[in-house]
Amino acid sequence: MIETASLLMTMPELLLTGAGLILLMVATFGGDNSARLVGWLAVAALAVAGWSLCGLPSTGGEAFDGLYRADAFGAFAKVLIYVAAAVSIVIAPRFFATGNSGIGGAIRAEYPVLIIFATVGMGLMVSAGDMLTLYVGLELNSLAAYVLASFMRQDGRSAEAGLKYFVLGALASGILLYGISLLYGFTGSTSYTGIATAMADGLSNGELFGLVFVLAALAFKISAVPFHMWTPDVYEGAPTPVTAFFASAPKVAAMGLLVRVSMEAMGSALTSWQQIVIFVALASILFGAVAAIGQSNIKRLLAYSSINNVGFALVGLAAGTAEGVAAVMSYLAIYVVMTLGSFLCVLQMRDADGNPVEDIASLAGLSQSRKGLAAAFAIFMFSLAGIPPLMGFWAKFLVFDAAVAAGLTGLAVFGIAASVIGAFYYLKIIKTIYFDEPAGEYAPAGSTLESALIAVSAAIIVLGYLLNPLLDATSKAAAAAL
Amino acid sequence: MIGLQHYLVVSAILFVMGVLGIFINRKNIIIILMAIELILLAVNLNLVAFSAFLGDLVGQVFSMFVLTVAAGEAAIGLAILVIYFRSRGTIAVDDANRMKG
Repeated sequence: MIETASLLMTMPELLLTGAGLILLMVATFGGDNSARLVGWLAVAALAVAGWSLCGLPSTGGEAFDGLYRADAFGAFAKVLIYVAAAVSIVIAPRFFATGNSGIGGAIRAEYPVLIIFATVGMGLMVSAGDMLTLYVGLELNSLAAYVLASFMRQDGRSAEAGLKYFVLGALASGILLYGISLLYGFTGSTSYTGIATAMADGLSNGELFGLVFVLAALAFKISAVPFHMWTPDVYEGAPTPVTAFFASAPKVAAMGLLVRVSMEAMGSALTSWQQIVIFVALASILFGAVAAIGQSNIKRLLAYSSINNVGFALVGLAAGTAEGVAAVMSYLAIYVVMTLGSFLCVLQMRDADGNPVEDIASLAGLSQSRKGLAAAFAIFMFSLAGIPPLMGFWAKFLVFDAAVAAGLTGLAVFGIAASVIGAFYYLKIIKTIYFDEPAGEYAPAGSTLESALIAVSAAIIVLGYLLNPLLDATSKAAAAAL
Repeated sequence: MIGLQHYLVVSAILFVMGVLGIFINRKNIIIILMAIELILLAVNLNLVAFSAFLGDLVGQVFSMFVLTVAAGEAAIGLAILVIYFRSRGTIAVDDANRMKG
């Protein structure tokens, strides 16, 4: 029976949906005391879902008459998403439990459940083969994310972050839907293959409008420049583990979605969307670099850094080749490690009383009180700046290599020049950590788990070249699947 | 005779009104929620008009999905608005300025 094969191909999503519903019941009846149990069960569910990716969900092809694609591209993105989601779950309890002057209180049991549901949505996003699946996955992810952003109910900043995210996110969904309705009307189909077939014989005005609307909405979801305005506020206001989640998993999902829609559904209209992607990439790189310079809040600075990084990843997409797509996927893999590492370091920033602090100035002299943390922070910042021996350089090298191979030399030259501006504010943080007079006492490392995670991500950033054959092979397989 | 383009024009007007309602409105966040609903209804009108024009059912199925998700979206939006009001005591758009930079 065809349906059985389809169900087997969607196994990761089915497993996570089932786990999410069961954990919701556990959270409801167990109350907040069960929060840690629910968290670890959620991580276990993510591990099982990740394990189920080996086999049919990564090789099966089309499921449910083309609504869903089970291929290597989706599997690659899902591995990154699951890792980021699992890390966001395990770092949360300590953040919500300590400090915060009573604002946070203990972690509530629905936090891991919301992350699981957001993860199901993201899995659907990267595996969608039809605009309908795309929309449902995107909304499942967004609705969970709105709640996560305003998770610290008593904190005014968190509520404001949730509200801003909701209003602008809903607007983006509306723009996306309007684009989809135009594409449907003028191509007569909502499936990627149907749209690609209709676009192959020239682009009508209606199709062009639909394409622009869809790209604009997806640019919002990856926080690329003309549609980035929500990012700094939401990243600053949301609780730090949630910010770490926003900066990693949904970015991979939305980027994967954008790549799949551009290459699969609109592949025949390459010349039309290429100019848009080039403009968005340039604007994101430049704006992300310049606007970050004056920031004093570390979460806000990392928000601009994520805008900047999205611009670099888009350079690979602008190439419009399989090599470019492989470069984008490698970039995302390395970016997720760098970002999670940076946010793990931010979580360590606590004053002597154990309250979280977010000022960059408070990092002064960290190298004297917390040598290991300072070294890890420096590694992540150097890597984000793209300094050669670290993996961040390799990521940038791959996307620029793909752009030059596709004849976009000007774009590559501009991107490299702008990354020098970006290096300024990363280096400024390192200067604050190593050369400034010590500001205040920092609380000692409180959690071996977090320290271990920081050590692992720092090791990947430094020694990642050993993993290069694996990264190269999997990202090429992912690109070949489109 | 009312044809496809009439529906598309009405839907485009509704869509633009919704977008302007979000950006020009400086008073009340509830009005923003109403503007979002207006955008989604414009999309539904578009989908159903295209569906009838093409003689294809997918557009109508899609609009059912949009209606359902819009209900969930409104519920979550109002819930966030309630916790925002509790911590701030106001729902004026101009007061949402705790973070800047």
